[in-house]
Amino acid sequence: MIAFNKYYNHFNFISVLLITCSLALLVFKGLNFGIDFKGGTLIELRSTDTKINVSSLRDKFSQMNLGDVSVKKFGNESDYLVKFENKDNRKDIIEEIKTNLDKSFGNNFNFRRVENVGPKVSAELLKSGVIAISLSLAIMLFYIWIRFEWQFSLGAILALFHDVIVTLGVFSLFSLEINLSIIAAVLTIVGYSMNDTVVIFDRVRENLRKYSDIKIFELTNISINETLSRTIITSVTTLLALIAIYFFGGEILKGFSLAMILGVVFGTYSSIYIANTVLVRLRVSQKTVLREDDNS
Amino acid sequence: MLYFSKLRILFITLFSLLFIVIASSNLIKVDDNFFSKKINLGLDLQGGSYLLLEIDNAPVIEQKLQNLTTTIRNYFKDQNIKINNIKIEDEKIFFNTDDQSKQLIIDVFTDENSDLNPYYPRFKSHQLEIEDTGTNIQVNFSKQGLISLKTSSQDQAIEIVRRRIDEVGTNEPNILKRGNNRILVELPGLDDPMRVKSLLGKTANLTFRFVTSNENDRFGVEKLKYEDGIEEATVSKRIIISGDNLLDAQPQMDTQTNQTIVSFSLDRVGAKRFGKATSTGIGKQLAIVLDGKIISAPVIRDTIASGSGQISGGFTFQSATDLALLLRSGALPAPLDIIEERTVGPDLGQDSINAGMIALALGFLLVIMFMFVKYKIFGLITNVTLIINLFILLGILTLFEATLTLPGIAGIILTVGMAVDANVLIFERIKEELKDEKNNIVAFDSGYTKSRTAIIDANITTLLAAIILFFMGSGPIKGFSVTLGVGIFTTLFSVYFIARLFTSLYVSKNRNKEKLI
Repeated sequence: MIAFNKYYNHFNFISVLLITCSLALLVFKGLNFGIDFKGGTLIELRSTDTKINVSSLRDKFSQMNLGDVSVKKFGNESDYLVKFENKDNRKDIIEEIKTNLDKSFGNNFNFRRVENVGPKVSAELLKSGVIAISLSLAIMLFYIWIRFEWQFSLGAILALFHDVIVTLGVFSLFSLEINLSIIAAVLTIVGYSMNDTVVIFDRVRENLRKYSDIKIFELTNISINETLSRTIITSVTTLLALIAIYFFGGEILKGFSLAMILGVVFGTYSSIYIANTVLVRLRVSQKTVLREDDNS
Repeated sequence: MLYFSKLRILFITLFSLLFIVIASSNLIKVDDNFFSKKINLGLDLQGGSYLLLEIDNAPVIEQKLQNLTTTIRNYFKDQNIKINNIKIEDEKIFFNTDDQSKQLIIDVFTDENSDLNPYYPRFKSHQLEIEDTGTNIQVNFSKQGLISLKTSSQDQAIEIVRRRIDEVGTNEPNILKRGNNRILVELPGLDDPMRVKSLLGKTANLTFRFVTSNENDRFGVEKLKYEDGIEEATVSKRIIISGDNLLDAQPQMDTQTNQTIVSFSLDRVGAKRFGKATSTGIGKQLAIVLDGKIISAPVIRDTIASGSGQISGGFTFQSATDLALLLRSGALPAPLDIIEERTVGPDLGQDSINAGMIALALGFLLVIMFMFVKYKIFGLITNVTLIINLFILLGILTLFEATLTLPGIAGIILTVGMAVDANVLIFERIKEELKDEKNNIVAFDSGYTKSRTAIIDANITTLLAAIILFFMGSGPIKGFSVTLGVGIFTTLFSVYFIARLFTSLYVSKNRNKEKLI
């Protein structure tokens, strides 16, 4: 049996630190919003001429008077991702760029993807993303509140907040792009983290009913250990699937799978070191669960 | 928990087989129409354009108010009520009147049988609201009035958009209303998205009007630019004929000048008016105005009574074809803005399919190997279940002809990773039970029973997340929530019916074996 409970205090400190740092990052550095939420235009180009390189392409684009332009390699040597604000939402901008590129580089570009999100739509998407995440947290809170006692709900929700905030914190730290698929990832993380927490809590509750003489400090440790192999196996299989997506699923799914990988790691950690420590700190005992049984 | 009746075994087998057959119809081309349903590929996988158009209703409102001022003026003139200083400002009509007429006017507007102000009994609201601000009287559209105006311009616009897209001839376009001022257009497998965008971006409001030098024209005049954006001409506001009068328009080659032109034919009313205008206006310039720009302004040399004519203006064959197309399909009631566009080229779509399939195969393989190493024979059971699970999932998606997107494929892979969770929960529980319980059957039975609440709780939480995503997400993300959500049901089915069936068969054969799991 691994003595997880020996480190409750240490890891609580680390969790608080992680959340504080992430919040600080989110407030002061902010998130790197993609065009979905900021508005603007994105073009994925593939060049058929090996002589074209990213700096010459960047020079060309900066001459086109598009506002803030970013030109980056995308996945391999011949693919580029171009992003710009397109402030005036010019309709024929793509055609203009095509003509411009053809003039300077010859007809050597394939426009693989074009996305243009106007300011109105991006504001709406951001709003609905925030609503979706808040709503999912609220619904999870409600669900766990029905299924468990309030101490458990608090633990689960704190763990959820931790996972979401720290995942976003990492995205902020490395300036990784937040787009629609990241919102999907965050929501899935919420589901996964909840799933993980619920399995351990289910066992804690069962053990609380079974043993009246074991303190919650010990009891959580027993429960964590009993469910540990399941926690590890499920995390590993989920991570295996995600790693397959990350490395082979193409550039478009990279951000999504990275967010999910982080979420699974943080989610597994928080189920053990946040959710359970809340139970310990709130001095949950057999009485907590038995009282509930009497009521029902 | 381990007992299965013969009937139930039969049912499970048939059910699984059914979905395997349905799912495989995506892979095998069946000649007859025995089963023709297939999973639709999203625009991100098959390539195509997603366009969200917003109708700019401001000009429509302006036009309606313009007409309304005339109606109001004439209406009260007939009633011998004096109104003056009538003007439009900020989408509102303002006018002055004397104090005794004020109440009369307000009564006219608030009467439920008013000719001037239609009443919608369903919404208990008039089209227009009237207010006495003290200094003058203010008339503007009510909330319901605005809604009905927007809905009707949306209805007209969607019809025109559909006609234009049909003319271009893309396969299976999807054109839907969004809210009361937006239109969603999905064009799968489109070769030239720029052409469609430019066709949808034009209002195509065509008018024929005289060029005039008389600033005091009875109908008013306006200065309009030519297409080149440099030259200008003063044009009367009097419309001789408009796009509504056109019966047909076709691009043609003028054999004399070797120019591409657009020839048109007019309806009866149009032909009559055109004939009259060309007979009285010989020597004058007739401007052909499209969306506020002059295409050309030829000098009238002869009376044209045939009701057909041609437009020249330095067209290329492509631009003449497009203009003819726009004229045939009619003018939009209001300008459209493309407020969101997502276009994926067919080769990127194919790349995404390939990448998704490789990731799926690899993720699947990794999970399967891991499970086999970890659980041996029970790993094998889990793996077989996982494969059947995947087929049922694909079968259900096929049955409902769901749209598979790239995030949707990610959802399937994620389902593979998470689907083993329920089996793992059960197996781990059984292992624990076997520590105190020597009877294999009893241990398996209670393992299944005791792990149930955790499994259901865990799956409900994921399902809730998927449901929220389904309602909040758009496009590709919706595809993710669908596969994730459906995956939860197929997982529960395969764990509790298929995996349990295999487990029960194996356990009852080896009931006395030690260290079964």
